[in-house]
Amino acid sequence: MVMGELVDEVDVAVVGGGPGGYSAAFRCAELGLETVVIDADGRLGGACLFEGCIPSKALLHVAAVVSEAERAREWGVDFGEPRISLDQLRKWKQERVVGKLARGLASVAKGKGVTVIGGRAVFEDSTTLRIEGESLQKVRFKHAIVATGSAPAPLPGIELRSDRVMDSTAALELPEIPERLLVIGGGYIGLELGTVYATLGSRVTLVEMTEGLLPGVDRDLVQPLQRRVEKLFAAVHLGTKVTALREAGGHVEATLEGQGAETFDRVLVAVGRRARSRGLGLEATGARLTERGAFVQIDERCRTHDPHLYAVGDVTGEPMLAHRAMRQGKVAAAALAGQPAAFDNVAVPAVVFTDPEIAWCGLSEAQAKSQGMETKVAKFQWAASGRAATIGRADGLTKLVADAASGRVVGVGIVGPGAGELIAEATLAVETAALVEDLAATIHAHPTLSESLMEAAESLLA
Amino acid sequence: MPRQFTLPDLGEGLTEAEIVAVLVHEGEVVREDAPLLEVETDKAQVEIPSPIGGRVEKIHVTPGQTVKVGAVLVTFADGATASAPSRAAAATPTAGVAPAAAPAARSSRVAEAPTAPRASAPAGRPAPAAPAREAAPAGAGPVPATPATRRLARELGVDLRTVRGTGPGGRVLDTDVQAAAGAPAGAAPGGPAAASAPAPTAAARPPRPATREAAPPGPAKPLATIGLEPPPLPRFEQWGAVERVPLSHLRRTIAERMTLSATLIPHVTHFDRADITDLDAIITRNLERARERGVTLTLTAFLLRAAALALRAHPHFNASLDPAAGEMILKRYCHLGVAVATPRGLIVPVLRDVDAKPVLEIGRELGALAQRVREGRATLEDLRGGTFTITNIGALGGTGAIPIINYPEVAILGVSRARPQAVVRQGQIVPRLLLPLTLTFDHRVADGADGARFASEIVSLLEAPERLVGDL
Repeated sequence: MVMGELVDEVDVAVVGGGPGGYSAAFRCAELGLETVVIDADGRLGGACLFEGCIPSKALLHVAAVVSEAERAREWGVDFGEPRISLDQLRKWKQERVVGKLARGLASVAKGKGVTVIGGRAVFEDSTTLRIEGESLQKVRFKHAIVATGSAPAPLPGIELRSDRVMDSTAALELPEIPERLLVIGGGYIGLELGTVYATLGSRVTLVEMTEGLLPGVDRDLVQPLQRRVEKLFAAVHLGTKVTALREAGGHVEATLEGQGAETFDRVLVAVGRRARSRGLGLEATGARLTERGAFVQIDERCRTHDPHLYAVGDVTGEPMLAHRAMRQGKVAAAALAGQPAAFDNVAVPAVVFTDPEIAWCGLSEAQAKSQGMETKVAKFQWAASGRAATIGRADGLTKLVADAASGRVVGVGIVGPGAGELIAEATLAVETAALVEDLAATIHAHPTLSESLMEAAESLLA
Repeated sequence: MPRQFTLPDLGEGLTEAEIVAVLVHEGEVVREDAPLLEVETDKAQVEIPSPIGGRVEKIHVTPGQTVKVGAVLVTFADGATASAPSRAAAATPTAGVAPAAAPAARSSRVAEAPTAPRASAPAGRPAPAAPAREAAPAGAGPVPATPATRRLARELGVDLRTVRGTGPGGRVLDTDVQAAAGAPAGAAPGGPAAASAPAPTAAARPPRPATREAAPPGPAKPLATIGLEPPPLPRFEQWGAVERVPLSHLRRTIAERMTLSATLIPHVTHFDRADITDLDAIITRNLERARERGVTLTLTAFLLRAAALALRAHPHFNASLDPAAGEMILKRYCHLGVAVATPRGLIVPVLRDVDAKPVLEIGRELGALAQRVREGRATLEDLRGGTFTITNIGALGGTGAIPIINYPEVAILGVSRARPQAVVRQGQIVPRLLLPLTLTFDHRVADGADGARFASEIVSLLEAPERLVGDL
């Protein structure tokens, strides 16, 4: 026993204060369980609030305003060239957006009686956590919920420690607007941040190892984005690997396979995220990790192999999305309180907040076919949408996938401005096993982009 | 390797249970946690989930049969997938008694991450030509049902994959789940004939509670006696025709316990009346606000609150007597039973820590508990551990009733119908709403004066309702 060591006894210890962790903790508290959250930074919000979803969306909103102002020239309105004050932008993002939300979460925690402890949490066994923070402390718990999330993955095989090589966390700090930016990775993070920097004035070169942007996403949805990105970015190299990075004279020299060496002012590495499952002492518990990806294995109640441990969010695998983690957090809380909860969701919506946005849920056409389903697919081009015309965006598409036998909506994909909001209705339809007819017969306000879903459904019934 | 599953220890000194329904057939392959049997104990009707996944080789019991703890219920042909008890089953008596409860064996249920949506289910869908209204074969994509219906299925222990949906596009509806809960697993009604007419299907298989009442009681058998042998009955047939009806398990339990209580405990009953005119006004005034918060505000919630506060000041009524030790057991917790009339008979569910809860919370919990009891979904935990009981028969009328103590408690409060009556106040006759109360208590632990003081404490709380309302 270390002198001055404190041992707290609680019902539930949540490790990690991100969306999965705080959702679980809040629900536990609502169920009358004494709950603490242990977070390395001693605050609630996690990667989502401090280095992910929220700050990136704030910057993407700014990017959208800039491009909208540019396009307004076509409509006879000229705002002139934008003058960007990076200090003010950073301050707005940090204080008015992130800071405000963080204070909100802290006060909710206070209101619900959830204690947040700052420090690194390590499992000593299945009921004890050691917290290495300002003071050494232990927490004994009946149940723990592992919600440690994920961290940006490094570029495999390339080791260059330099301020000029950023991960998404560093890029969101907006250290400067580099003249030439190399984005490695054509997934959603690379595309979103590439869009931000390109709109703010960088010449962006994007390199993607596979043959297409957003690997795994329906090509019909990716195509309009790809056309736009090719205009916005200086260059997009698909099927290309970065084989070397070298810092030289205040620049970074990158060797692109088959393209030779090119010089950039900064590099953004966005090649995915990996689970934060190591260094937590999980080996001292009964929880098990997957061989591929080192994700904590869970069942549909979010239970690990250790009866005292639950796990939620990115640390449990793909898709690594905050809203999946939040739902899992609530399931885990209810399950450990003895309620018959299960994460049995059929549709987890995914959104890429680029311009245009891409969003989808349920099965893609290809996934449905690979399951042996006979499908009916409708594609509604936004060129035929009145609302799309009024905002000058006819490049959108709404795609609906239905099971031919039952007429059920099994998947929806949308590309176009506002797709991230539009996908909500589609998600409800898939989750509740709605029929194509249900969508077609529901009145959609005119003129709105949401009509595109109704139109797609109607075309299937015709 | 064949494996036998025996009736688990049900706790609380319960030694036997009556088989109400067998939910599987011999030869059927069941999943771990799938409902196996429904049994009724003295305390509750509960579902026993399968402790393992495997093929049912033999069923050793039949509905109506009473079995002792340890008796073999089912033999499984293979038990390779034995696994830890599910946490959700903690409220049912099987938790913790599953054979080979090794966490290590749980791997079969733990999905290898990524645990993405069911969309990624690897197995192929049935051939597209399959009729849309067939139950989804195991391993296919998600069963079409709304999240609320899926939750209901989990609550009732129904495997959605075994249910044939009667909704549009084969969607499984609440009524389908309820119907399946009342039938053997896997025996979803089928046949193309029914496919186009969903309503009759649901109607043909009534939801669970009705089915439960229909379950035939087991063969008649003698009540347990406590020392006194009842004298033989006369031959009633000599005076006319009679019919002999076996007692249901619950009826027998009530009979035995009442005999025990009435024979063992020297009962005293104290009468009192509370003027609840003000309280009634408060309830009426707050009905709507409480309803907005999802609570049906009832007099019983206030009675519970008043009793809990009065018990704090009179701990001898929140006690049990240990005659063997010559000691009184004073309980530092306050869990109050509320008598609930159900079609099957009287059941007394228990609200926990009532003294620590505001009246709105009491009302909320009471509503949920009474509903669980009426639907036959109460768990053992809902029904045990009480320290004092309230029985409110006001809704049924009457001017007063003398309740019998719920052994091993030592007191019970009977409540009859409140009526407006003429009351003399400062020389004037005024109409007031009076509530008749009867406190029955164990004379071994308290005397008439104690009972009078305890009852008048309850009365004064009810007459000064501002002390009860707190959060309203």
